[in-house]
Amino acid sequence: MTFATTSSSDAALRAALRGRRFEAVVIGGSAGGVDALVTLLPALPAGYRLPVICILHMPADRESRLAELFDERLPLPVREAADKEEIVPGIVYFAAPGYHLSVERDRTFSLSCEPPVHFARPAIDVLMESGADAYGAGLVGILLTGANHDGADGMAHIRARGGFTVVQDPADAQVETMPEAAIERSQPNLILPLARIHALLPMLEMNES
Amino acid sequence: MKKTTHHLPSDVDIELRMLIEAVYLKYNYDFRDYTGSSQKRRVLAAMRAMACDTISALQARVMHDPAAFTQLLQFLTIPVTEMFRDPDYYLAVRRLIVPFLKTYPSLNVWVAGCSTGEEVYSLAILLHEEGLLERTQMYATDINPDSLEAARRGVMPLDKMRRYTENYQKAGGTRAFSDYYTAAYGGALFDRALVDRVTFADHSLATDNVFAETHFISCRNVMIYFNRRLQNRVLGLFHESLCHRGFLGLGSKESIDFSTYAQRFEPLAKRERVFRKVAS
Repeated sequence: MTFATTSSSDAALRAALRGRRFEAVVIGGSAGGVDALVTLLPALPAGYRLPVICILHMPADRESRLAELFDERLPLPVREAADKEEIVPGIVYFAAPGYHLSVERDRTFSLSCEPPVHFARPAIDVLMESGADAYGAGLVGILLTGANHDGADGMAHIRARGGFTVVQDPADAQVETMPEAAIERSQPNLILPLARIHALLPMLEMNES
Repeated sequence: MKKTTHHLPSDVDIELRMLIEAVYLKYNYDFRDYTGSSQKRRVLAAMRAMACDTISALQARVMHDPAAFTQLLQFLTIPVTEMFRDPDYYLAVRRLIVPFLKTYPSLNVWVAGCSTGEEVYSLAILLHEEGLLERTQMYATDINPDSLEAARRGVMPLDKMRRYTENYQKAGGTRAFSDYYTAAYGGALFDRALVDRVTFADHSLATDNVFAETHFISCRNVMIYFNRRLQNRVLGLFHESLCHRGFLGLGSKESIDFSTYAQRFEPLAKRERVFRKVAS
C-alpha cells in the first residue's frame, strides 16, 4: 500500500501549523520506536515550551530504562510519568511499562491497571484519547513505526477534538502496520518521514497567536 | 486573545457526573473522587456492554433496576490483578517486614481493596511459609460483593498458574507452588487453610472508617484510581489504623509524595513501595 507523503518543505510545514497554538505533544510508537525516538527527540531544544509525552510498547516485566537513557542524551529533563504528577512544559515524559497512562483534565498524569488494549499496556489509544479530552485543540499527536493497530483510535480522537495529528510515512517506518492503520482510520494533518517530523518538532512551540 | 474552550464540559462529562451522583444518592457507593479518565472509559464500556445509547440512558436503567447497578459495579471496580504481582514487592515484604512481624505474639494484616483475592492468597502463602499465618488475623476488604465472593471461593483460572508459579518463585517462594492448590471447579482451588483466619468484608475506603488496629496494610494499585483528595483520606485511614511503627505496602508505581501524609511514613524499600509509619 502507498500513501502520499505531504509536501514537507519548511514553508509547507509552517503553513500547516498556521493559526495553531499547542499545549502538549504526545508521541506513540511500538516496534522500531526506540530507534525512531533516538532520531527524533534530539530535535527538542533546551527550554522547549511544551511537555512531550512519549509512549512505547515495552515488556511489562522489565524496569524501563528509557527515561534514564534519554535523560543522558537530551538537553531537557526526561523522566518517567508518575501517578498524580503535574504535567510541566519543557519536560519529556515516558510512560511506565505495565500501566496505562492517562492525562486528566487538571493536566496531571494518572496510571491504571485496566486490561491491555490491543494487547498493549500502556496503550497509545488510552493516552491519546485522554490527552485529547484534556487538551482539545492544543494537543499534537505523533504516531511512529509499529506492528499493531494501537494509536489509530487515539489519533482519530485527537482530530475529532480539534487537535493536530502527524503520522510517520509508512514507507519510512521500520514497521509500517501502525502508521498504515492510523492513516486508514482517519486522515492525519501530515504524513511525514522521520527526518521531517524532526524538523517539525521545534516549530510546534512557536506562538502563532 | 482567543478564548480557549477546553474547560467547558462535554455532554458526556455532564452525563458522567450525573450518573456518579445518582449512584451515590441511590446506592451509597461513592465514586465521586475517582480519577476521571479511567472512570469515563469504564462507564463507556459499561454503556456499550449494557446496550445503552447514552450515559443518561444507562443512568435511567441503573436508577430503576438494582440488578443493572450490580452489572455497572463490575465495570466501575477494576478486578484486574494477579498473584505475586511484582515479585520484588513480596521479596521486600519477606525480607524487610516479616522480621518485625515475628516479634508480635498476634498480628492484624489488612488487604485493602482485595478485589478477587489474588493478593490475599499471595500474602497468606508468604505468611504461612514464614510461620506467621497461624497467629495472623487478616482482613480482606473491598466494595464489590461479587469480587469478595470470588475471593472467598479462591478459585483462580488454571491457565494463569504458569505465570503465577513464575511470580511465586521470583517472590522468594520456598515450596512448590502447586502444593497450594488442586484442580477443581474448572480452575485452581486454593487450600482453604490459607484463608481460615481471613475475614472478608465489605468496606469502602471512600466512606467507611477504621475498624481495627493493624500491623501491616497492603493496598496495591487501588489508590491510583483515586484523586488526591481521596488518596489523602485513605492514607489518613491507614495512618490511624496502623500500630506504632506499622508497615504499609503500595503498588509499584504509587506514590505518597503528593500527599499531606508524605512525612508521616518513611520508605523502607523505595522501589518496592514498602513504607513504615514514622514514630509520632
